[in-house]
Parts: sequence; C-alpha cells; structure tokens
Amino acid sequence: MLLYFIKRLAGAVPVLIVVSGIIFALMQLAPGDAVTMLISDEASEADKARIREAWGLDRPPFIQFLNFLGNALTGDFGMSFRYKMPVIEIVLERLPATIELAVAATLIAVGVGVPLGVLAAARPGTAWDAIASAFSFAGISMPNFWLGILLILFFAGYLNILPSGGREPWGLGVESVTGFLIIDSILAGRWDALGAALKHLALPAIVLGTNMTGIITQMTRAQVLDALREDFVMTARSKGVSEARVLWRHAFRNAMVGVVTIIGLEFGTLLSGAMIVETVFAWPGIGSLLINGISSRDFPLIIGLVLVYTGMFIVMNLLIDLFYTLIDPRIRMN
Amino acid sequence: MDNASQTTMSLRDRWHALRTQYRHLTGFKGIYGVLTIVLLVVFGLFADLIAPHAPNRQDLMLALTPPDWRGPHVLGTDHVGRDILSRIIHGARVSLIIATAVALFASVAGVFLGIVSGYFRGRIDSAIQKVAEIFWSFPPLMLAIAIVAFIGQGLTIVIVALTAQRWIPYCRVTRAESMALREREFILAAQSLGAGHWFILRQHILPNVMLSVIVMTSFAMANAIISESSLSFLGLGVPPSIPTWGGMLSDARSYISSAWWMALFPGLAIFLTVLGLNLLGDALRNQFDPKLKSH
Repeated sequence: MLLYFIKRLAGAVPVLIVVSGIIFALMQLAPGDAVTMLISDEASEADKARIREAWGLDRPPFIQFLNFLGNALTGDFGMSFRYKMPVIEIVLERLPATIELAVAATLIAVGVGVPLGVLAAARPGTAWDAIASAFSFAGISMPNFWLGILLILFFAGYLNILPSGGREPWGLGVESVTGFLIIDSILAGRWDALGAALKHLALPAIVLGTNMTGIITQMTRAQVLDALREDFVMTARSKGVSEARVLWRHAFRNAMVGVVTIIGLEFGTLLSGAMIVETVFAWPGIGSLLINGISSRDFPLIIGLVLVYTGMFIVMNLLIDLFYTLIDPRIRMN
Repeated sequence: MDNASQTTMSLRDRWHALRTQYRHLTGFKGIYGVLTIVLLVVFGLFADLIAPHAPNRQDLMLALTPPDWRGPHVLGTDHVGRDILSRIIHGARVSLIIATAVALFASVAGVFLGIVSGYFRGRIDSAIQKVAEIFWSFPPLMLAIAIVAFIGQGLTIVIVALTAQRWIPYCRVTRAESMALREREFILAAQSLGAGHWFILRQHILPNVMLSVIVMTSFAMANAIISESSLSFLGLGVPPSIPTWGGMLSDARSYISSAWWMALFPGLAIFLTVLGLNLLGDALRNQFDPKLKSH
C-alpha cells in the first residue's frame, strides 16, 4: 500500500517538471520585456541591462529554466516583480483564504446536493425529482461571475445585509495564528470576529459552491438509483427493513463512494472557479493574486502560482486514487 | 415498412412514431436545446440585420439608460450609451465562433488520437496517454489562462487555449470505445479479409464512436461558451473592442449599484445558452447511450 503510494507520488514528479516546462516555454513566447514593466521609462539602457542581469533574464532560456527548476525544488520561486517579496511567502500568506473559501463551498455543495440527490432518487418521476433536476441543471449552467454579481446586487445592494466583498472589515484585529480567519477567531474567542468572517464568507462560498452543488445533486441521484437496483436492497426489503432505512443505510452508503470521488474530481473546477469568484468578491486568496499578477505581468508570481495550483490538483488526484484503493480492494490488484 | 403503408401514414401518426422513437430528443430538454442552437446560429450569423443598433455606437448623452419596453433601447444602455440588446446579439457571434471552433478542433484531434490509441495500443497508446495526462494536470481553465496571459489576447489564441484541454475527453472516451470494438467479430472479420488498419479505423471504428462524439460535442460547446465568457470577464479573452457577453459583464461590475441591467441581461444570455446546450447533451445521451442515462 505504502509502496503503491510512493510509486504514484514519484510518477507525479516528471509530470510536474514537464508542466513547469510548458509554462516556462509559454513565458518565452510572451511579447514585450518584463524589465520595461519593472522600472520607469526614464531608466537608461545601462540600468535596464543591470536589472536584466540581476534577475538572470540575460541568460539563455534553457539555463534560466534549469535554474528555476532547481530553485523551485527548494520552494524558491523567485522574487515577485511587483511585491518585491519572495513569491512563496506571498503565496503562503494568501493560501489560507483560498482554502477557507474552497472548503466552505464544498460543505455547501455537499450539504445541499447530497440530500437533494437522495430525495430525487427516492421519488423518481415526482415533483421533487423535477425540482432537483431543474436545480442541478441551473447550477451546472450558471456562470459563477454572473451569479456573484446578482447576489451582490441583491444581498449587499438591495437588502444591505451582507458585505459586497473582502474577507474581513477594516481593523478587525484578530491575530493571525493559522491564517484561517474562522479558526483564528475561535482561537481568540472573538465571536464578533467570527460573525463578521462568516458574513464575508457567505456569498463567495455560495457562488463557488453552486456549480458543484448541481453536479453532486445529479451524481448522488444517479448513484443512489443504481444502488437501489442492487440485490442487497432487494434482500433488505424482503427482510422487512423499513424503506427509510433501505434508502439511507443501504443505498446511500453504497452511493457515497461515487459521491466522494466526484468531490475530488470537481476539485480542479473549484480551483478555477475560485479565481473568478475571488476576483468578483475581492477575496484576498491566490486566485485574485494570479489575476492581478497577470495584469501586471509579474512573471515569477504567475509561474509560481500556476505551479502551486497544478501541484495541488495533481496531489488531489493522487488522493482520490488512494481513496479508491482504500475503499475498493479490487482496484489494488491492478 | 413498405412504401405503400408509409404513404398512408398520416402526419400525426408519423409524429407519434417519431416521438416514441426519439422520446428524449422531442421532450422539453431536446426542444429547448435545439432552439438554443438555432437562436445562437441565427443571431451569430445575422447579428448585423437583427440588432436594432450598431453594437459599438456610443452616445454619452444616453449613457446608463434603463430598460424600456417601448423605447429605442429595450434592454437599456451601458456606461458609454451603447445599446445592450444589440451588444448581446453581436456577442452571440463570438460565442458561436468559439463554441464551434473549439468543438470542431477538439473533436477532430481528440477522436483521431483516441481511436488510434485504442486500436493500436502499445507504444503509440502510452505516448498519447502521457501527453493527455500532462495536459490534464492543469486545473480546468488554468492552461487557457496561462496561454492567454503570456501570449496575448485574440480570438485565435482563445480558441487554441480552450482546445488545448478540450480534446482530452474526446480522446479518453473514443479510446475506450475503440479498444472494445477491436475485439468484436466484425473487426476481426475485416482484418482476416485483409483490410488495412486505416481502412478499419475509417470504415468500422469511426462510425461506431460517432454517437458518443455527438453527445460530447454538446457539452463541449457549453463548456467553451462558459470558459470564453470567464476569460473575457477576467479581461483575458478577445480584445475589448469586440462585444462579448463576458466582457459586458466585466464592464457591468463598475456600475453594479447604478445600472443592474448592465449585469442582468448579458449574464442571462450566457446562462440560457449554456443551459440549452447542457440540456441538449443530456437529451442526446439519454436517447443514444442508455449506459450513461441520467434517468
């Protein structure tokens, strides 16, 4: 088991190297010169050359790439052009906000999607089923930036009960221990801060979770329907087990494996969605950091972030495989 | 059925026969989905004739005019006085071009690589699958964002950027299907009759994977439209001079408190179009692929 995990982990390393190579090659194709973005127009050619040398931009691309790869292995993605800070520090500082948002969105998606899907599967062809189906198709087809703007219009503008963006009000003053505002607020015993944090989190998390809610509803329904056709359900029914117990204890539990897999598979979509949702709600995570980095052509920051995103995605896929193997011993053989 | 009985069949009977045979496609999902595609194509092709105003004509005197059913600007105007309805109709053009081009290129590349992979197996297969694995390691949209961020904006670049990952689902599905097909008797018979590999791929494998390809294309188009509008919304899509639904929403963000119509209508256009394509895909899947049925 451990050997399998190590083998899979080792297999991911070349993929990450090739992925960083693709990103690096794209960067070489970029028009324009990063140096002109860095310093004022009045700078002399000699100044520019000096900066080019200091940043290593004068060396051949392949050497630059090897250098970069070597540094990346030690967690050094270089200095951000814009923030004049190591990329890894900025990313680590912003990462908890994105994770907080992604976890909240997943909880909402599971909390709404799973019961809705089970309900639809328990009464196929009824109004419940139709509502769940309409809801899930709407969720899957919803552009999250549009939903975000509409919810801001309604809850922040019209009703004025929720903030329109940001992660916390000015001067909240909760000491950062873990970087997760909700956990930090609880640790400090600041219930007012927790309330403020949850209020800021509500809209972005709902928007980010909508897509996933739709997919989880559909998949849960399909999985539970499949499980209800299995022999063990018929056995349970013939033993006189109540219908509710058949549904939840037998069908639902067996359907759960598929649902957990979907949550894992949707993780990538969640990451991309977070970039857009963070931009709409001015949420200070790594997604909005990337979009800002692109507009200021902050190459080290962009490369570092794309690698962090891709790395998280690869690790997540690895964990899904592992979860599969743990749940279903038949897969381990292959 | 012989010709005589076919001619005596009334139109109504024929419709019923068709409805029974294509129960899913002639249901709400199928009809709404087909209608969406028809509207998208008509708006996209004839935007100049249909739109009441020129999409880029500015009139600052008329900036931020609210919607008015009787007025010249039915859905209102934006911050520089451009007609929202006309811009939505013209925006359909970009969505249509991107959705068609991405689906076309992705399906051609993906299906070719997929059936070759599954039919020949061996080294070709592992090489193609390795490439697919690498491109699939980027979170969705991330590769597209990186490509546009580094190389620049433009219709062609967006199409390339979105195709870069979209061919993979086609490849995966057709690979699995052609792997199963190559063990079937009719393929073995063709082989023993001396048919060449390319002949078999073209004459026997390709026609048998087409139904899945059609189903996937509907979803691929939905995905391309939502991805393009996401990129345009982030300012990473086609140049802002071309009206796009995502770009209109990006403009709307700055006027969110004063002009709700700027945000509502372009988003509705994206939502209804993507919904139509997703419903059509679902109807096609239920109709043609009982294994993947959603109900």
